[in-house]
Amino acid sequence: MEEYRGDARMADVAVIGGGVVGLGIAWEAARSGRHVVVVDPAPGSGASFAAAGMLAAVSEYHYQEEELLGLMIASAQYWPEFASPLAAEAGYLRTPTLCIAADAADRQALADLRTVQEHYGLEVRSLSVREARRLEPLLAPAISGAFEIAADHQVDPRRLLSALLSRLGEERVVRERARGLLWEGGRVVGVRLADGRELRAAETVVANGLEARSLEGVPVPLPLRPVHGDILRLRVPPHLRPLLTATVRGLVRGKPVYLVPREDGTVVIGATQREDGSDGVSAGGVYELLRDAQALVPAVAELELYEMTARARPGTPDNAPLLGRVAARWAGKPSEGAPTDDGGDIPGLIVATGFFRHGVLLTPVAARVCREILDGATEERWAAFRPDRFMDQAQRDSAASGRTA
Amino acid sequence: MGTSINTAEATREPLLADDPFVVDGVALGSRLIMGTGGAPSLDGLGDALEASGTELTTVAMRRFSPAEQGSLFQLLVDKGIRVLPNTAGCFTAHDAVLTAELAREALETDWVKLEVIADETTLLPDPIELADATEQLVGRGFKVFAYTNDDPALARRLEQLGAVAVMPLGAPIGTGLGILNPHNIELIVARAEVPVVLDAGIGTASDASLAMELGCDGVLLATAVTRAQDPVRMATAFRHAVAAGRLAAQAGRIPRREHALASSPMEGRAQFL
Repeated sequence: MEEYRGDARMADVAVIGGGVVGLGIAWEAARSGRHVVVVDPAPGSGASFAAAGMLAAVSEYHYQEEELLGLMIASAQYWPEFASPLAAEAGYLRTPTLCIAADAADRQALADLRTVQEHYGLEVRSLSVREARRLEPLLAPAISGAFEIAADHQVDPRRLLSALLSRLGEERVVRERARGLLWEGGRVVGVRLADGRELRAAETVVANGLEARSLEGVPVPLPLRPVHGDILRLRVPPHLRPLLTATVRGLVRGKPVYLVPREDGTVVIGATQREDGSDGVSAGGVYELLRDAQALVPAVAELELYEMTARARPGTPDNAPLLGRVAARWAGKPSEGAPTDDGGDIPGLIVATGFFRHGVLLTPVAARVCREILDGATEERWAAFRPDRFMDQAQRDSAASGRTA
Repeated sequence: MGTSINTAEATREPLLADDPFVVDGVALGSRLIMGTGGAPSLDGLGDALEASGTELTTVAMRRFSPAEQGSLFQLLVDKGIRVLPNTAGCFTAHDAVLTAELAREALETDWVKLEVIADETTLLPDPIELADATEQLVGRGFKVFAYTNDDPALARRLEQLGAVAVMPLGAPIGTGLGILNPHNIELIVARAEVPVVLDAGIGTASDASLAMELGCDGVLLATAVTRAQDPVRMATAFRHAVAAGRLAAQAGRIPRREHALASSPMEGRAQFL
């Protein structure tokens, strides 16, 4: 831990935050020959630690979230390439996802959604209850309908985290909290650590989830809020294995629940979504997850519940991540008058946070977007996710109210 | 995706500017109260709230922390929408009182939408706990908006216990089944001396119009908008539906007749006035 010296050779890239997104970005940058350092007091212990690892671009689609859908689909397509060097280490499985409706209204809701999913060219196959139960015999007989999404796969986020960490090497990880960004002449030149040391880097990536809110020197307010989730891990007794072969997502009386089977005979059941600000595991949340999971797969009652975890996801106002550079016009202090707009971005700074429910799925695309930025060639289609897009909105709003006044 | 709608400019002026909704001495420009539950994104919720024209919105204190920066509460402050905290998730009078106290402390309002639920399957109000909680909360100085069954006797009792508004359900929460017992709603309205707000069960715009035509002073809904495929469009529909129902209720509808009556007067016949 002490190998690192603040005055050691300057890094090409400093990544603040060692969750899946930060480590994915760091690994991709390291693979492109760059000297990379990751700053995190406890890598892989945040939202990534809780995540189920569904790579569910299709089933996570929600009405009117087309831009996010495009990003999710792109990332799902990058996954095989991203995962291949990690081989089986990361537990990347191309198993399908079954979406199960508990009652007739749930079936209607999933069928309505399918109409739009198919409109966007996504493949969602309607199954009869018999067909679904032939695939997964432990599904409850009383379910109301099923849809198969072949493209929604899974990965084991904890195995992914350790695979990425071991590829990067312990010497690339600074186990210290980042206090803020280092600025010099209008550019970001590294990270100031909580212990006062300075870590200088040509490019700094802010990828520390909700913690990014309290990082000093971030030029724009990052509109992040904690959306807590409870998630359960259960062990399937030998006589019930495999409990499931596909990921099972259900809508039970309008409430979503999912069961993700792992290769090691465990299953992950998640996830609640609450904004009560409570960091602990919610008893009511655990109850509802087990109740709804059992409605879909009655044998859940026979499993050993060995872990209950709660973490906060970094939510954004439009559910899409904050990913990319920040315009230089936001770098000035408000007291110095109107910001100047020379059309350029702040050199040395990349933001990659706010991945909300989709951090694991979006890791390959985040890594790719960051590498493109480092290479100096980023695609126009990623501009919709810029971290300063809400600033632009605020500016438009104030301009509009100025006109009507 | 259908015709284009103008939601931004149109919502700045209330549709019923000279007919405010007055509750607890406060005049509101809209007779639509929008809940916040079930919204897929904060941005989407903000847009839907704006399109609905609502000036009052209800938030579950059990589910949202007022302490968070960038949270739902911040959004409501930014939009200038008044908050009516609710006790959703409470199953006992005691629970509801504690939650109301928490809301009063956090939000500095003595308004509370009182929900005391009997069971998870129906989410129907528990009438006995509801009456008990109303009495306790009124005693503690709260202004109680009582979410109640469509029972005229109970609604009357809640009013006598000091509720500032009674809010009978059209159908159970989240069902979208509309108004299952319009006669009871009419009875509640006929006897009430406080505002009556139809709360829960609304599925689509015509349900809201019907509530207003039955004489309700307002309509409260959440799911019908937040879980619609296009929440902004649905919120716009409700904004108009509530105003339309209100106007119709005041305009004096024609009697229902068994036989046809030509709309153009027949020649040579004296007008009967």
